[in-house]
Order: sequence, then structure tokens, then C-alpha cells
Amino acid sequence: MKAAKRNSILVHMAAAIVSLVILLPFAWMIEASIAPQRDLISRPLRWIPSGFDLTRYAEIFGGGGGGVGQTFRAALVNSTIVAVAVVLISMAVGILGGYAFARLRFPFRRATLMVFLATYMLPQIALLIPLYFILSSLSLLDTKIGLILVDSSLVIPFTLWILSNYFLTIPVELEDAARIDGTSRVGALFRIILPSAKPGIFAAMMFSFLLAWDEFMYALIFTSSDAAKTLPVAISEFAGRYTTDFGLVAAGGLITALPPIIVAIIFQRYVVSGMGAGAVKG
Amino acid sequence: MSARTAATGQRRPRKENQTRLAFWLLLPAAVVVFGIIVYPVIRTLIVSFFEVQSALAVETPFVGLDNYVQAFMSSRFWGAIGRTLYFTIVSTVLELALGLAMAGLLNARLRARWLFRAIVVIPWAVPTIVNAAMWKGIFNAQYGSLNALLTQLGIIPEYYAWLGDPFVALNMVILADAWKTTPLVAFFLLAGLTSIPPELYESARLDRASWPRIFRSIVLPLLVPSISIVVVLRTVEAFKVFDIIYTMTRGGPANGTQTIAYYAYVTAFSNQNFGFGSALSYIIVLVILLLSATYLRILRRSEMSLL
Repeated sequence: MKAAKRNSILVHMAAAIVSLVILLPFAWMIEASIAPQRDLISRPLRWIPSGFDLTRYAEIFGGGGGGVGQTFRAALVNSTIVAVAVVLISMAVGILGGYAFARLRFPFRRATLMVFLATYMLPQIALLIPLYFILSSLSLLDTKIGLILVDSSLVIPFTLWILSNYFLTIPVELEDAARIDGTSRVGALFRIILPSAKPGIFAAMMFSFLLAWDEFMYALIFTSSDAAKTLPVAISEFAGRYTTDFGLVAAGGLITALPPIIVAIIFQRYVVSGMGAGAVKG
Repeated sequence: MSARTAATGQRRPRKENQTRLAFWLLLPAAVVVFGIIVYPVIRTLIVSFFEVQSALAVETPFVGLDNYVQAFMSSRFWGAIGRTLYFTIVSTVLELALGLAMAGLLNARLRARWLFRAIVVIPWAVPTIVNAAMWKGIFNAQYGSLNALLTQLGIIPEYYAWLGDPFVALNMVILADAWKTTPLVAFFLLAGLTSIPPELYESARLDRASWPRIFRSIVLPLLVPSISIVVVLRTVEAFKVFDIIYTMTRGGPANGTQTIAYYAYVTAFSNQNFGFGSALSYIIVLVILLLSATYLRILRRSEMSLL
């Protein structure tokens, strides 16, 4: 069919344009991270770099004490520890709670779930001042543990929502069969539900990692030194301080963006299933 | 669901106390989430009724609703509200329109669909702060690649300070936000699109319905639940916008990008005016509560699995 063929060409062209709009700014950031500084500030701008300049990466990965490199490397370690811990906590807590919402009958079930979800509506700014003083009195300011705790409170409602919705899609009969054989509820959760809920679990893990890695406001206010400062705070600082050295900001930004991009591409097919289960059914 | 549980309940192996089990299963989540937020939520509300001018303030008189009155009488407050509304409405409409088109492409029969989906996922995965720093560089007045591109194509005669004019800057921040957020909206809508049975399209095609007509009479009505959820989620998120503003413009130039969350932040943390800052935060809470009441109603109407 001719019309169908024309349609298909149009659709492919549109997809190509969208891909370009997405990739060009990002490609520019990659280029800026490796192009010599004189190329970046030349007018007219040199789009094709005159050479490779890896000094920013050298600075970031090898730079000595007190410099940008040290701050960045510390932030990379902090971000990784905080994000991994937040994922572990919110998955563990989310699996247990999600099962309760999906499978158990109890009073105020709906209301409880809604209160959890409603916390998403609270702007962080409304909690910031008291939280600051609480963390301060517990000596948790500028510590990774403090950040892990407050970040988990942001992420858990999401894991609860995604997981409970996904658990609902697993047939009750599977679980009932096991329970007739004498398995406990918790045993059935781990032996029957979890193995068949892999897409939901991957989706929840991916979302919680991205949320934790992305978190900015708490990290900005509650951390101040290399002891706990995370990558978003470090990058924001670089972008404010090195306004003329976009190459350095680009290199740091690229390294910061890489882990979530890799995670998102690998688990990409669970984005839809996770959101599908978490969002609209039927 | 409940009928089925009732039926299977009779052949449950043991008598069990579901309420007690649910309590223990939900306790860890409740301890972390509510243990962290309940006290601050109440505390901020209380502080908003007091005059607290610094962290070390000795005298903190009770002033009732004065902080709120002060906000409602200040032009800076209404300026911030106006900009926040502008940001919220323009970014939500833009992201929804582009997201719909993008969702259609994600759902279309493409040669390398996996590749296209992998590309579309990238902006969503890029951290907000990296996105902000990237666009700050692209929009740079002296060395920005946007200036280079537009002058070399002859579209603008000379370099322009994209983040130099208050209103232009606000729109540039919206563009940067849209680049990152549209893919998320698209994937959300795609989840709704894939739930439309293909037979519906086929029968419409057999009736020789045109694509615009199919979109209007089949796709759009069936997407209404997803669209409503996206709209309210994006509205709430946009109303809280802070991170991208902080990194791209610090609320400037001339407060041109100072949204209400950023204003509250500056008041509380730069000026240490905790009482007034708390009142500003609570005004955000109130607006979002209104929005979320709408949200929950929509969710219920769209027959959510759980709600």
C-alpha cells in the first residue's frame, strides 16, 4: 500500500528528528568535555574540535588535594553509597509494605496508602528547616547516614506504589496453592510473589536509584563537605563557579549522568511495565 | 479482588490475623517515612505563626497570621506566584503536547524501535542538575553553542544573552526542563497507549477513518485517564520547581526566574527569616493540597487498581 509506505517514511523521519533534538545537546556536552578550551571559546565556534584534550578528566580522576578532582571523587563515592543504600532500604521496606497493600485486608488500607502517596505532594522546602535542626541535634548533618535516611523517606512512597500495583497483577491462586501446602504468608511472599514479580522489582529498583541519584535539595542543605556532599551538589557548584570553563562542568556532568543512563537503558523495557502497573490499569 | 479473597479465604490453611500482619509489614515503611516527615511538617506550620528572624533569635514573638498577611501584601510574593504559575502552565502544556507526539512515535512500527526507545530514555535519566548545568552552558552569552549555531545559520545577527533578560530566561529554563521531562511524560502516556486494543484501530481503518479522526475519537478519549494523571503530577512537580532554577539562574536575572519555592528558600536560608520562610512554604503546601485533592479524585474516577 502506497499510503502506508508514505506514512511509515514520515514516522521514521519524525523519529529521526526527535532523536536529533535529544542527542544534539548531549553530544555537545560530550564534545565540550574533550575539546580544547580555545575551541570552546572561539568565535565562530569550532564544531569539530582541533584535538583531544583530556585534562578535565585527568583533573577529575587524578587532581590533587583541595582541588576540583578531590571534591568530585568524594562526591562520586558519596553519591554511590547514598544511592545504593537508599535503593536497598526502600526496596526492602517497599516489598513488605507493598505486599500488605496488595494482599491483606485491614482497616484504613486505602487511607494508609493514600497518606503514603500524599507525602509526594509535600514540597521538601516545607520540611527543610526543622529537619536541619533535627539532623543537627542528632549529629547527622553532613553525614551520609543522615542523607540516606531523609532520601529514603522520599523514595519509599514510590516503591510502595509500584510494587503493590505489580503484586496485584500476580494471580492469588499461585500463592494460595503454596499456602495450602503450609507455607506462611511471608514465605509465600519470598518464594512465590518475588520470583514472579521481577519486572515490577526491576522497575522499582530503577526508579528508586534514579530518584536517589538525582536528589538535590536535601543534599544541598544537609551536606557541606567532602564527607557527604553528593554529585548534584558538586556539579551545581562547578556550574556556578567555573562559568567560563564549560569543559570541566561538561566532563563532571557526563560522568554524573552515565550511571543513571546505563541503568535506564538496561532496564528500559521495565519503564513502561512499571509505569503501566503503577499508573492506569485497563 | 475483594470477592475473590473472600472466596479463597475459606480454604485458608490457618486462621490468621491479617490486620496484625499488615501492621508489622507496613511498620518499617511508616517508621522511615512518617518518622522523618511528621514532626517537621507540624513544626514548620507552628513556626509560620511566629516571627523568627534568625537561627539564634532569642525573642520569637507569636504573630498569628501576620507572616501570611505580609506575603499576600508583598509584590515580590505575587511576582513569584505569577512566575510559578507561568512556569507550571507553560511547561505542563508543552510537555504534554510534545509527550503525546513522542508517545505515538514510541508506539509506532519503527525499524529500530529499541534504539529509539533507548535514545528517548536518555534525557529522563540525566540528573536534573546535570541537565541544568548543560543548558546553562548551551545558553551561555559569550561561548554558548546555541549562540554559535544560530549566528552561523544566520538566524540571529549576534550573540544574545539568553539568560540575561528576566522573561526570556524563564522561558529558556522551561525549554531545558521540557527537554528532560517530555520523555517521562511520553513513557507514561505510552503505558496508556499500549492498553488500547489494536482491534480498535483496525476496525477504524476498515471504516476508512482518517488518522486525525482516529486520534480524536479513539485514542484521545481512552488516554484521558493517563493524561489527567500526567497533568496533575506535572503540575505538582512544576509548582515545587527549585533544583533547575537554583543551578541555571539562581532566581535571576532581576528575580525573573524566582519561583515560589526558590523565594521560600532564599527567605529561610539566605535571609534566615524562618517565620516568613515557613509561611511561604506552607502556602506552597496549601496550593499543592488543593491540586492533589483534584489528583486523588481523578485517580479514583479512572478506576485505579488500588484506589
